[in-house]
Amino acid sequence: MKKHLIGRPVPRKEGRAKVTGQARYVDDLVFPGILYGATVRSRVARGRIKGISFGEGIPWHEFTIVTAKDIPGENYVALIAHDQPYLADGVVNHSEEPVVLLAHPEKYLLEEARRAVQLEIEPLRPTFTIEDSLSKKEIIWGEDNVFKSYSVEKGNVDEVWARADFIVEGEYRTGAQEQLYIETNGMIAVAIPEKGVTVWGSMQCPYYVHKALMALFGLPADKVRVIQSETGGGFGGKEEYPSMIAGHAALLAWKSGKPVKIIYDRAEDMAATTKRHPSRTRHRTAVSKDGKLLGMEIDFVIDGGAYTTLSPVVLSRGTIHAPGPYSCPNVRIRSRAVATNAPPHGAFRGFGAPQSIFALERHLNRVARAIGLTPEEFRQRNFIQPGQTTATGQVIRENVNMNHLLERALALSDYHAKTARFARENSGQRRKKGMGFASFMHGAGFTGSGEQYLASVVELEATPQGRVRVLAASTEIGQGTNTIFSQIAADALGLDYDSIEILKPDTASVPNSGPTVASRTCMVVGKLVEAAALGLKQTLVGSGFLQEGYTPAGFERACKRYIESHGPLKSSSQYQPPPGIHWDDATYYGDAYGTYAWAVYVAEVTVDTVTFETEVNDFVAVQEVGKVIHPVLAAGQIEGGVAQAIGYALYENVVWNEGRMLNSQMTNYIMPTAVDVPPIRVFFEELPYSYGPAGAKGLGELPMDGAAPAIVNAIENATGVSIHHIPVMPESLMEALAVTEKAVERA
Amino acid sequence: MPDRANKVEITCTVNGETHSFKAYPMARLLDVLRQELRLTGTKEGCGEGECGACSVWIDGEIANSCLVPVLQVAGSEIKTIEGIATGEQLHAVQEAFISCGGAQCGICTPGMVMAAVNLLERTPRPSETEIRMGLAGNLCRCTGYMKIFEAVVRACQATGVKV
Repeated sequence: MKKHLIGRPVPRKEGRAKVTGQARYVDDLVFPGILYGATVRSRVARGRIKGISFGEGIPWHEFTIVTAKDIPGENYVALIAHDQPYLADGVVNHSEEPVVLLAHPEKYLLEEARRAVQLEIEPLRPTFTIEDSLSKKEIIWGEDNVFKSYSVEKGNVDEVWARADFIVEGEYRTGAQEQLYIETNGMIAVAIPEKGVTVWGSMQCPYYVHKALMALFGLPADKVRVIQSETGGGFGGKEEYPSMIAGHAALLAWKSGKPVKIIYDRAEDMAATTKRHPSRTRHRTAVSKDGKLLGMEIDFVIDGGAYTTLSPVVLSRGTIHAPGPYSCPNVRIRSRAVATNAPPHGAFRGFGAPQSIFALERHLNRVARAIGLTPEEFRQRNFIQPGQTTATGQVIRENVNMNHLLERALALSDYHAKTARFARENSGQRRKKGMGFASFMHGAGFTGSGEQYLASVVELEATPQGRVRVLAASTEIGQGTNTIFSQIAADALGLDYDSIEILKPDTASVPNSGPTVASRTCMVVGKLVEAAALGLKQTLVGSGFLQEGYTPAGFERACKRYIESHGPLKSSSQYQPPPGIHWDDATYYGDAYGTYAWAVYVAEVTVDTVTFETEVNDFVAVQEVGKVIHPVLAAGQIEGGVAQAIGYALYENVVWNEGRMLNSQMTNYIMPTAVDVPPIRVFFEELPYSYGPAGAKGLGELPMDGAAPAIVNAIENATGVSIHHIPVMPESLMEALAVTEKAVERA
Repeated sequence: MPDRANKVEITCTVNGETHSFKAYPMARLLDVLRQELRLTGTKEGCGEGECGACSVWIDGEIANSCLVPVLQVAGSEIKTIEGIATGEQLHAVQEAFISCGGAQCGICTPGMVMAAVNLLERTPRPSETEIRMGLAGNLCRCTGYMKIFEAVVRACQATGVKV
């Protein structure tokens, strides 16, 4: 029996279709008699809708027009809270809020018509900043503008300040970031009142869309069908928003009786759909003179935008990651997600952790300097060790060795020699070089009891030809779901890679294996694939048709004989928490994640002190991720995540005006190009995790967490300037350097 | 709204085949390829010439088809991603994109392959800088470009063996 696909770089399952242009994305699908849909949006950040008028010169009778009153079921996007309407009814709470939907067979005319709809909106006083929201000057959501708050307590942080040798305080901010998947959001809907609603589109989570459409139309589960088309990137940006656009397409289809396609253009996609939550983190840290952390008080606030969407869970992950991979006996974290009149912020790779880890890894460099230690010495004295507990009281059971990861990363990047050389050579140079690093971890799977609530299911089905189909709602969005599921199933069954088929996620035929988010697809759903495959084998062995030591031909014969005598050959597996995992939602205490991936990233930068541009010259990413299922795909995840994080640190600046994104174009929102990225050198350490498939953990989000603080630490090393926010635009670096020079002159 | 009467007859060669069709002169080549000729391998990423997902060749030159009015290609030879493989035989660059992991979500891949093949036709042994510059007009959000660079290098080696 063969068994070695795991760990090998087998070809991507759908690779051939992608390199030849044959892969079908939603905008490639053709439906006869299709209408195109468009969305008329508020343009006022907060106000009361007084009237809607339809301008002259447009043949309005040819149009399908939908407003809130046309909604057959509930007017909310079902997710966590039910506060976000599909179409504004009476009031608007952000400037991209959908108010009217239009459909017409002719795209050009549709665009003219969209511009001819006039909304009369009486403005109300809006709130745009975290500070204004917290001040409650204007209550724009609920009773206090707070979507969610958490409180984490470990030890007694109040008693450490008096005995601390050093107390270091700081405030750190991160900006919004656009996911910028290259395929914009899009959906096609067919809706017939007596038959139900079917949508095809670009998405991460078919069952989220399914749940939302059931509520919107008041339909039972079997009357709503959601089918994923090939999806051109997600990164979290296609986690919750597809429910909105699917609902809009379906409402137009319901009213018109025709298929309706809505494809956002880039400007609409960037301005109206979710972005990463902006954040503000305040740290107060108590340290002893021998460099041990005594206490950490952390205040973490994220800007959720106008509606709840996923902010409570983004906040949760950001909160739990805020104290990082360090041991500290006394920790208090207070965190809040607050409302503003910006379009709702949402899921983006890392999901709150990149924000709070940026703050921590910048702050700890300042703490180290305050007590006269190098950044690496300070961290080495405080890294969490096996047997120690996190801020939520989780005992680290794995053989974590952060110190080893740090030493390896510093050696691979030649950190010590380069730091010394740059310190000698920078003086008097226009272009100053620097080194910086960050140490961090990322929890895989849903936070706390999330996986138990999801209770994900995967099914496998064998054909009489001995082929095995994997049925799961987990989507291929570029990260390699199809490929790794095939490797896992093939190895568990001792079959060839090509004998495994992955069914396209379609809620009419696949069970709910949960959303494709949270670094959970490989570790959590992959484990279910493995368990279902072993179950399938057991069924065949138990039936007497298959003997251990079988060949693929023997497997095929056994499948055929089983199906002839017993009917369909299926196996399913449902999530069970690993033993010994406990989490208390009420006290926010316990095992926040089944396991974590651990990492140290090192950046080498050059800062031009005339143009104030920063370039990243080298990047070393060392991480422990459990067993690597596919070395090329895994490295690809890390490289791609690091590149996104370079953009987060240096280029990707969302410019806001009155709650609207002004630079919603690729021309003026800048992401890294082929000439901007440094060599990204990826190194894995593999300590098999007992409850992941073949020992794998999750790794997709991890690379988003550490690169930004590593880069900003390197900027500080190069220039001596301590920057407390990202993105570090040349303008802000110029300002910071000017302030430093003045301070030097005065001294 | 464009007047239907203003459509003009345009003849050009696409992937070696001659096509004649009626189109508005200012219609985007991208839309004509995707809608009239059903060649949907060419993708739209931004519609303003920044991302390169719509890259095609016009008379051997790489171009963003979202910025090209179709009238401009009358009489031209156009190549799209559908014309890169020879029957079932993938181009060395396509093979290398699969084996190196140069394609993840795949939406930038057709344009990226068009740019990479074009680069190798002009510069058979590109330096790292030439590879980066040659692909600078094509944005990829998934890969961080490392595996795409590797794929171009591997494709050079593969074609080198044949020579």
